[in-house]
Amino acid sequence: MSSHQNVRDRILARLHASGAELTTVPEAPLPPELSLDREAKIERLAAMMTAMRTDVHIVDTHNWSDRLKELAREKGWKRLLYGPEGPIGSNIETAWASDTAGLPELVAYTGPMEAFKEDLFQIDAGITSVRAGVAETGAVVLWPTSHEPRLMSLVPPVHVAVLDADTIYNSLGEMMTAERWADGMPTNALLISGPSKTADIEFTLVFGVHGPKELVLLIRK
Amino acid sequence: MGNKTTFDFDANIDGALKDDQLRKNLRKAMDILVDKRRAVFPDTAYLEQLRSAGNAIKRRALKQLPRLLEQLEANCTKNGIQVHWAEDTAQANGIVLEILRRHDARDIVKGKSMVSEEMHLNHFLEANDIEAIETDLGEFIIQLNHETPSHIIVPAIHKNKDEVAAIFHDKIPDTPYTENVEELTAIARRVLRKRFAAAKVGLSGVNFAIAETGTLLLVENEGNGRMCTTVPEVHVAVMGLEKVVEKLSDVPPLLRLLTGSATGQMITTYVNMITAPRRSGEKDGPKEVHLVILDNGRSRMLADPEFRQTLLCIRCGTCLNHCPVYVRIGGHAYGHVYPGPIGKILTPQMEGLDQAGVLATASSLCGACGEVCPVRIPIPDLIRRLRNESYDQDGSAVVKGGGYKKNLAETLVWKGWSLANRSPLLNGIGTRLAGKAGKRMPKVGPLKKWTRVRTSPQVARTSLHERARNEGVKDE
Amino acid sequence: MPFTEAKVKTMHVRNYPEQSETAYFFGTCLMDAVYPDAGMAAIKLLKSKGVKVVFPPDQSCCGQPAYNSGFTREARAVARKQIHVFSKPYPIIVPSGSCAGMMKHHYPALFAGTPNEAAARRFSERVYEWSEYLATVLAVELEDRGDPLTITWHSSCHALREMNVIRYSKALIRQLKNVTLVELERETECCGFGGTFAIKQPAISAAMVKDKVADIRRTGATTLVAGDCGCLMNITGAMEHGGVAIAGKHLAEFLWERTNGQ
Repeated sequence: MSSHQNVRDRILARLHASGAELTTVPEAPLPPELSLDREAKIERLAAMMTAMRTDVHIVDTHNWSDRLKELAREKGWKRLLYGPEGPIGSNIETAWASDTAGLPELVAYTGPMEAFKEDLFQIDAGITSVRAGVAETGAVVLWPTSHEPRLMSLVPPVHVAVLDADTIYNSLGEMMTAERWADGMPTNALLISGPSKTADIEFTLVFGVHGPKELVLLIRK
Repeated sequence: MGNKTTFDFDANIDGALKDDQLRKNLRKAMDILVDKRRAVFPDTAYLEQLRSAGNAIKRRALKQLPRLLEQLEANCTKNGIQVHWAEDTAQANGIVLEILRRHDARDIVKGKSMVSEEMHLNHFLEANDIEAIETDLGEFIIQLNHETPSHIIVPAIHKNKDEVAAIFHDKIPDTPYTENVEELTAIARRVLRKRFAAAKVGLSGVNFAIAETGTLLLVENEGNGRMCTTVPEVHVAVMGLEKVVEKLSDVPPLLRLLTGSATGQMITTYVNMITAPRRSGEKDGPKEVHLVILDNGRSRMLADPEFRQTLLCIRCGTCLNHCPVYVRIGGHAYGHVYPGPIGKILTPQMEGLDQAGVLATASSLCGACGEVCPVRIPIPDLIRRLRNESYDQDGSAVVKGGGYKKNLAETLVWKGWSLANRSPLLNGIGTRLAGKAGKRMPKVGPLKKWTRVRTSPQVARTSLHERARNEGVKDE
Repeated sequence: MPFTEAKVKTMHVRNYPEQSETAYFFGTCLMDAVYPDAGMAAIKLLKSKGVKVVFPPDQSCCGQPAYNSGFTREARAVARKQIHVFSKPYPIIVPSGSCAGMMKHHYPALFAGTPNEAAARRFSERVYEWSEYLATVLAVELEDRGDPLTITWHSSCHALREMNVIRYSKALIRQLKNVTLVELERETECCGFGGTFAIKQPAISAAMVKDKVADIRRTGATTLVAGDCGCLMNITGAMEHGGVAIAGKHLAEFLWERTNGQ
C-alpha cells in the first residue's frame, strides 16, 4: 500500500524529470492598465456595478447613516445584521440610538456561526464595511474579519456594503500591488460585483440565486 | 493493437445529429457565448496582447511546476490547509471519502468542479452511501435528471426551460410545474439553502492556486461556491496539479481571460480567495480546509514539450463555443468528461489513445479553437500530433495506447500516395487515369462516403500540369 | 521526433517585397486534377501583370493530406520533394490558403531538427497565397467586363486563420463594379471538408456542408466564390447533389472571367 509520502514524492519526481524547466518563456508584457482620476473611478465603479444590478448610492461621509436609515425604511427590512466592533458598527448604533421608528432591529453577529446559524439564515439584511473598490471591473473588496465575518455578505438576502470613495483602485492588479497582498493574505478575501445571479436556464438572467438577491452599495464621499 | 473503443462514438454522433432540438439549443447557446466574448473584448490588439501574457504566465508556471507545488503546499500547510496528493482518481476519491467518514458526514454539498467529474466522485460516493449534492444550478438540474454535464461552463446548456420545468416538477417533491425562470431559480434556492445549512462538508474545485501565498481562488456567479466553502465546517478543494500559478500578480490577467472567455464577463459576481481555515477569534468559515492535488496523467503530459501545452488550459470552455463540431453534436456525444476541442486532446492523453483516440478524428482542423484560446494552446497541432501517435509509425509515441490504429491498409495507401507524389511520372499517370474516369470513378471506399451527400468530384481530362506544358508556361 | 516549443503566434504582420520578375506557381494537387481551368486563369492573371510565371513540372502535393492524417513521415517525404523542386529564390504563389498555410507555417515545424530545416525555412518564407500576392505585391487593378451578378464568398479556414488573406480576396472581388457580394451569415464557419475529415467523420462533415449550402442559398447569390479547391469541391458537390442551381467558382477563374468579359 503506497503511503501518502510516496505518492507525493512520485508525483514530484515525475514532474522534476519532465524537462519542463528547459522551457523558454517569451517576454509578454501586459496590455496598458486603466488609469482614471478619482471622480472617474467613482463613476466607473458605480456604472459597472449598477449594470450588474447593484443599487448604488453616493452618500456624504458625514451623514451616510441617514441615507442608510432612509433605505432601511423604504425597503422594509425587519432585522439588520451588523458587526458592532467593525469599522461602521458604532456609526450604526449611534444612528439607531436617535430613533428607531420603522427601522429594522439591529442584530449583532456575535459568537461562532454554529450557535447562530438558524437565525443567520432567517435574517433579511446584513451590512458590512468593505476594504476597497475596483473601478475597472466594478467590484468591492472584502477581507472579512472577526468583527464582520464572511457569511454576513453571503447569507442574508440583502447585503449592504459601505465603501469609501478614496479606496477605489483602478484595477485588481493595482490594488494587490499597492496594498502588498503578497505579504500576507487573510483567511478569506472576496471581490463582489453585484447580487448573485445565474443564466444557466436558456441564458435568461435571474438575480438572487444562492447569494444575496440584492446588493446595496453606499459610496461615501 | 485493436481498434476497440469503450464508447460508441459513431452512434453518439448519429443520435446527436438527428436531434433537432439539441442542435437548435446548442446553436443558440453557442451564438450567445461567442457574441458575449466578442463584446467583452472589443479591442483586438488588447486581447491579443492579453492572450500572449496569459500564455507566458502559464508557461512560466509549468516551467517551475514541481517547485511551485511544493511552495503551494508549504504555504497552505503553514496557514492550516491540509494538503493531499493523489496519483489517480481512485486515490483522490479515497481521500475525500476518508475525510467524510472522519466527520461522520452522510452528504456533501458541491460547487461546480470538472475535476470532481473527472474523478466520477458522485458515483463513487453514492456507492459508499454518501449523497453528493450538486449546488450549481446547471449541475443541480442535470443531477436531478441523472445526466452528466454537456459543457465545461454551462452544464445544462442542452436543456430548454420546459425540460427544466418538467425535471423540477417530476423530481423535486411538492413542486408545481412552472416554466418561469425566476420561479425555477427560487425553487433551487429554497431546496439548496437547507442543504447548505445542514451540510458538514463542502467541496469545490480550484480555478487558480497561488503558490506565493498558498491561496485557492474560485470564481462564480451564484453564490453556491461560497456557500459550499464557507458554511460547512469542512471544506475540501480538489484540483488538477496544473492549476498552480506562481504569484498573486499573475491572477488579474488570467482572471480577465477566464471570465471574459467563459461567459463574456469582465468579472464574475464573486471572486473567492481562500488562504486558511477559520482562525482563532473568527466567527465563521470552515474549521478544516483540505486541498487534494490530482495528477491523473498530467505529470506525463508535462514530459513532452508539445503535449505540455495541454496543461496551459484554464478551463474556460471557449474552444467548445467556437467549434463547428461541438455545436452539432453537443458534449455528451464525446462520451467523456471533457468535451469539445480541449476534450479531444485531453481525453486520449488521460485515458489512452486506444480508448479515446477516435476523438482526435472528429475535427476538420479548422483552427477556430486555437484562434480564441485565451492561453494560446495550439489545439489543432495537438490533435494532429495525437493522430500521428495513433499510428505511431516510428515507435516514438509518448501517449499510452499509441499505435493502436496502425494497420497495413492505411499504411500502404499513404506509402502509395507518397510514392506517386514524389514521382512526376507516376503522378501524371494517376491523374490521367482518373481524368479518363472523370465523374465515373467507382464509388467505393472514401468515394462511397463522399457521395452520400455530394456528387463525385470531376477529375479533368487534362490536368493543370498538361495545360501548363501545352500552353507554354515556363518550366525552368 | 524532436519538437521545438510551439511559437506563440503574433498578429499577422508581413512585409511584402517589391514585385519580382519571376515567380513560381504551385498549382496544388486538387487544382491540378479537378480545377485546371482555375489554375490557368490564376497563371494568366499573374502574367497579365508582367510576372514571368514558372510552373515546375515535377511539382505535386504540399503534403497536407498525409500530415493532417497523422502520417508525418510520408508528408515530410513529399514536402521535401516540393522544397527540392522549387529550388530557385523566386516567390512561390499558391492558389489555396490551405496549401499555402501548410507550406508557410507547417513546413518549418515539419522539418525542425532535421537536416532540411534551413531549406524548409527559406522555402516557407517565399510562399504567398495567390490573392495575397495579387493584391499586395502586384497591386492589381481589375476592370469588370461582366454583367451584373450577385455572388457570395466562402472563407476557407486556413486562408482565414493561417494565412490571414481573406481581406485580400475580398478586396479583389470588391474591385469588380458589377458584382454584388452578399456575405454569408456564417462566413467563417468551416464547410466541413477538412481533407480526410470528410471521409473519417462523414456524418459530421455532411451536417456542416449542408448548413453551409443553406447559408449560401439564403444569400440569393447565383455564384459561390471560394479561394480553396477543397472547400469548392465539397460545397459544389453538396449543392449539385441537393439539386441546388448555384455555380461554384475558384476566385482565380472568377476574376479572370469577369475581367475578360466572360
